[in-house]
Amino acid sequence: MNIAVCVKQVPDTEARIKIGEDKKSIDESEINFILNPYDELAVEEALKLKEAHESDVTIISLGPDRITSSMRSALAMGATKAIHIKIDSTPVDPMITATALAQVLKEGNYDVILLGKQAIDDDNAQIGPILSELLDIPAINVITKLDIQGDVVIAERQIEGGVEKTEAKLPVILTTQRGLNEPRYASLKGIMAAKKIQIEEKNISLTDNKIEIVEINNPPQKPEGKIVGEGAEAVPELIRLLKEEAKVIS
Amino acid sequence: MFESLDYYRLDDVLSEEEKLVRTTSRQFTEDRVMPIIREYHRKAEFPSELITEMGKLGLLGSTLPEKFGCADMNYTSYGLMLQELERGDSAIRSFASVQSSLVMYPIYKFGSEEQKEKWLPQLATGNKVGCFGLTEPDFGSNPGGMRTTAQKTANGFILNGVKMWITNGTIADIAIIWAKYENKIQGFIVEKGTKGFKTNIIEGKFSLRASNTAEIVLEECEIPQENILPITDGLKSPLKCLTQARFGIAWGAIGAAMACYNESLNYAKTRIQFDKPIASFQLVQEKLVYMVTEITKAQLIALQIAKLQDDNKIKHTHISLAKRNNVSIALKIARLARGILGANGISDEYNTIRHMLNLETVITYEGTHDIHTLVIGEDITGISAFN
Repeated sequence: MNIAVCVKQVPDTEARIKIGEDKKSIDESEINFILNPYDELAVEEALKLKEAHESDVTIISLGPDRITSSMRSALAMGATKAIHIKIDSTPVDPMITATALAQVLKEGNYDVILLGKQAIDDDNAQIGPILSELLDIPAINVITKLDIQGDVVIAERQIEGGVEKTEAKLPVILTTQRGLNEPRYASLKGIMAAKKIQIEEKNISLTDNKIEIVEINNPPQKPEGKIVGEGAEAVPELIRLLKEEAKVIS
Repeated sequence: MFESLDYYRLDDVLSEEEKLVRTTSRQFTEDRVMPIIREYHRKAEFPSELITEMGKLGLLGSTLPEKFGCADMNYTSYGLMLQELERGDSAIRSFASVQSSLVMYPIYKFGSEEQKEKWLPQLATGNKVGCFGLTEPDFGSNPGGMRTTAQKTANGFILNGVKMWITNGTIADIAIIWAKYENKIQGFIVEKGTKGFKTNIIEGKFSLRASNTAEIVLEECEIPQENILPITDGLKSPLKCLTQARFGIAWGAIGAAMACYNESLNYAKTRIQFDKPIASFQLVQEKLVYMVTEITKAQLIALQIAKLQDDNKIKHTHISLAKRNNVSIALKIARLARGILGANGISDEYNTIRHMLNLETVITYEGTHDIHTLVIGEDITGISAFN
């Protein structure tokens, strides 16, 4: 079984985001970058498949030089190969990313392509579905359970009020959701072993950008709270405001 | 996840692997140590459930070669790992220090090939735990005066004596015991269960409560010939082990200091008195600035001793200076942080008091603050104040 995991490097969830001077980008100078947490689930699932089926796990990522640190962290978890598609900055348009990834994925003949359901920075959640279209192979999105027997893939997805069980044949694209697994820590031996793996670099000409960021703004400041009154006599007024003004109860 | 203080962008000099080692150690501390440490500190018990997990992650003996199941990391990585562990609790770092520097290191350095092959892989996974017996009730700073003796018998040696303040004492499967043999200090491996080998837990500690501390009593304790560490060379050998361990302490203490700084900074920014956060008062700001300055200096010292260690240029006095300084400032920072926390600072609801109390041990063990002063004093003047 040949497995690929597409990953993205994103700002740490605790990073304080500062808007850049152009008002269209994020100031990256003081940001700590991490592997997208949903992609960590994809890496973990790939490693479980690797352990069961003795396969290679190739990490593929697109971005500037800094992303190799996150690729290295996936290798330290236990992935065996890595391909870095080198570009100056991460594209805004998911179509560009997916097209470049598809080009590399086509060369690798992968049976299973795993990726997080979305990246936590732009929250676009588009790469998995676009890849399915470009590669013409089925995609099962937002999976919480996976079982592969022979060439039959059975995956479960959380849907409103229940669980949906889906089946497909290899090759397949799977996007991962929390609950699927508990990603392992990179062991110190894994980190030292990953150091010896050469990350393959690829230069690809990107497709045209069709989406432009016009402006980025901070979320509006939370308005100050309102004290309706004190004690039991304030309750009716509070209920009225929650109904009529805040419209959170009916 | 915790973001450590990095006022001087020292992360820029760390390699990818070094940062990954820190991340793994930090995640371990965050996920596995922080949720349980208060309880273990309260009941004065070591969280033994963490041992094999530490082994699995490679946190034990991590600078030793791969062929013994270790990670073969450099010393900056080793230091960063211990810094993260001590941010959790000095007891966790002490466990890793003892297992790595005081048990695995002497077996690696002074042991036979058979001893290395037998013990190192099991100690690396945490399936076996070790302890180090040098200090005695009457011989702390002056270990050369020890009373524990070894005598040759037909099949091995008989050990007699008492060892004191032994970290991991009652949970250890093996003890590295230092004893006088033919007027020279010699190392031996003593296995738990050997007749005449007894351990007693030390109760009533106000410091390093989550660490296992014991007394070891050796009474006509007979060990086989193959348990002598063949390559030991007098008192120098255990002192070499301690130099290794002190290197880790110099890094670890920064972790404890960072924990106290972060906790008191957050508190100062949110605690309102006289209608404003206490962080707005000059007296509080001065304390926080002192902490940032001293932590930054300690980080620079730690990075440089790691570099010297990796380049094989280190002297034991370099490490004495680092241990002496970094632990001393960590303790001062912990006390200042405790003060900023006000009444809340005396409760274990906050981590600072635990670190503050732990650091009283850390400033005492593996060479007291004063002894390191005299070691450095001797080095620069050529005159020993104690010999």
